[in-house]
Amino acid sequence: MHGDYFNDYTAVLIASVAGVVLVLTAFVGSLLLSPRARSALKDIPYECGIEPVGDQWSQMHFRYYPFAILFLIFDVEAVFLFPWAVVFLSPFLTSAIFYEMLIFIGILGFGLLYSWKKGVLDWR
Amino acid sequence: MHVGTGASIAFWIMAVVAVVSASGVILLKDIFRAALLLVVSFLSIAGIFVTLNADFIAAVQVLIYAGAISILLIFAILLTRDVQEGNPSNRLKIPGMFMGAVLLTALIVVFVNTEWRLSTEAPLDSTTAALADLLFSNKFVLAFEIASVLLLAAMIGAVVLARGEDE
Repeated sequence: MHGDYFNDYTAVLIASVAGVVLVLTAFVGSLLLSPRARSALKDIPYECGIEPVGDQWSQMHFRYYPFAILFLIFDVEAVFLFPWAVVFLSPFLTSAIFYEMLIFIGILGFGLLYSWKKGVLDWR
Repeated sequence: MHVGTGASIAFWIMAVVAVVSASGVILLKDIFRAALLLVVSFLSIAGIFVTLNADFIAAVQVLIYAGAISILLIFAILLTRDVQEGNPSNRLKIPGMFMGAVLLTALIVVFVNTEWRLSTEAPLDSTTAALADLLFSNKFVLAFEIASVLLLAAMIGAVVLARGEDE
């Protein structure tokens, strides 16, 4: 239906190889070319600036979590959008497919409205 | 993608990466690094799905597991206090080993007793399109819409739980 382009993973292979090679050359290049002079002062995160205070681990605030959950829900919605987008212009299907997805997104929109109304989206 | 040497090489590379990173998830003491290795494992499993001609499942694996689930996990780790101390008590070591042995035995029994049949059907050109044709046809459209109601219930439940008592 789509020809061979969408089932050809040569581009993926080339991109992965290029990515690995790029990162490796950067690491090997810096290993070979850079002068090394180590000292305790150079190992601190900010060589010039304010010295870091306290533990390296800082606990995040809980109010980030509802956003993660909302993201999860809409991520699942996005999964359903993919097959919809693939067959959207397919001649075998009627225009009903558009309204089917509209209902789907509409129902989820209620959830967004609900969490908005409940103040989940407010930053307090 | 046809099964050829390229696909086999890709499969073995990704299988090794998946197994090694999954072992790292268990063996590493640092829970944050374990979570990041879990993402690597999810991604290589997505690659294995691609070699199995399951392109839609691969996309779902990347979106849901490597994207959403791992974000949720990393958020949970970031929200935890004193993560660096690790798991302080190992009291459940013996029951854990027992449960692991039971699960392993069950899996081996299933693997040995399953009759692995190969389909004679040619693989689909695009599983996503085939899936969409079914999903949006009269046959399954109701199930598709009900899925959105299920997601809505999950969202409202999450909001109620996350809001807590301060309402």
